[in-house]
Amino acid sequence: MIGDGALSLEPIVVAVVLAMAVVTYATKTGGLWLLNRIEASERLEAALSVLPGAIVIAVLGPELAAGGPAEWGAGVLVVAVMWRTESILLALCTGVVSVVLLRGLL
Amino acid sequence: MENETETNASDGDATGDATGVSGSTDGAEPVTFSWRGIRAGLVTCVPVAFGVAGYGVAFGVLANQVGLSVAEAALMSALVVAGASQIVAVELWADPIPIAAIVVTTFAINLRYSLMGAALQPWFKRLSASKAYGSLFFMADENWALTMRDFRAGNRRGAFLLGSGIAIWTFWVASTVVGALAGETIGDPAQYGVDFVLAAVFLALAAELWEGRSSLAPWMASLGTAVIAAEALPGRWYILLGGLAAAVVEVIRHDR
Repeated sequence: MIGDGALSLEPIVVAVVLAMAVVTYATKTGGLWLLNRIEASERLEAALSVLPGAIVIAVLGPELAAGGPAEWGAGVLVVAVMWRTESILLALCTGVVSVVLLRGLL
Repeated sequence: MENETETNASDGDATGDATGVSGSTDGAEPVTFSWRGIRAGLVTCVPVAFGVAGYGVAFGVLANQVGLSVAEAALMSALVVAGASQIVAVELWADPIPIAAIVVTTFAINLRYSLMGAALQPWFKRLSASKAYGSLFFMADENWALTMRDFRAGNRRGAFLLGSGIAIWTFWVASTVVGALAGETIGDPAQYGVDFVLAAVFLALAAELWEGRSSLAPWMASLGTAVIAAEALPGRWYILLGGLAAAVVEVIRHDR
C-alpha cells in the first residue's frame, strides 16, 4: 500500500467517485427542484418549518443512544456552553476535550 | 461580525437587516445574491468548518487505511462533499469494489439533503436556477443549518449557503489530504475525540434551533422515530424518517 503513489488515480475508483458525486448532487437538488414545480400550501410550509430542528434531532438521537456516559456527559456540556456563550467553536472544543477526558475517567 | 447596514452598490437592494420586523418570512423583498452574502456565510461558518476538518481528518485516515490514494480521497471529498456518506463508502470499500452497494448506500444516506433543500425553497425560489442549483452543490449538514438560521433571522442573503459552503468545502478537502497523508501515523481517531465532533456540532446547533415549547412535539416525534428506525433499518433512513415524522406532527398541529 505504501508503494502506491499518493497521486495515483485508478480509473475504477474515479468512476465510483463520479457516480457517488452524481447521486449526491441529485439528492441535494431534488427537494428544491420538486418544490419549485408544485404549489406549496400553508400546511406544507408548516411542515417544512420544523425540518431544521427535526433533522438535527434525528441525526443526534441514535448517535447519542449508541454512546455511553462519557458521550452523554460531554453532550450536556456542549449544550450548556452553547447556551451560555453562543460560540460554536467553544462548544465544539469543550465537547471534544471533555469526551476524551470522560472516556479516560469512566 | 457582519456589517449588515452598509449599502451595497452591487445588488442595489437593502439587505434584510430590518426585515425581521416585517412579520413575514416570505415578503415581497427580493433575496439578494452578493459578495457580501458570500462573505457573511464564509465568516460565520469558519468556526464550524474547523469542526468539519476534524471529521475530514478522520475520513482521510479511513480512506488511507482501505487503500485509497491521497488524490483519490481528495477527489471524493471535492466532488461528493457529503461526509457521512463518504465515511460509510470507505467502510464498505473492498477488493473488488462493491460499486452498486456503495452508490445505492450513498444515495440512501444523502436523501435527507432533499428535505434540507426543500426547507430552503421559500428563499431559493427567488434566485436564478444557476445560482440556486450551483449553491446546492456546496450544501452540507452544517452550513445548511447555519443558512436556515440566517434566513429565519430575517436576512435575505441568498449567497449565504454558497459562502458557508465554500468554507466547509475548503476545510473538508484540505483536512482530507491531511488525514490521508498522516493516516499511518495518526492511528485511531477516537482517541482524540474526533468521532465526537459531528455530535458536538449538531448538539450546538440543536441548542440554537430550539424555539421553546413549540419545538417539543415535533422534536420528540423525530427523536422517537429516529431511534427506533436506526435499530430497525440499515443505512441512514432514520434521519429521513425522523424529519418526516416531525413534519407530520407539525401539520396535525397546524390543522387544529
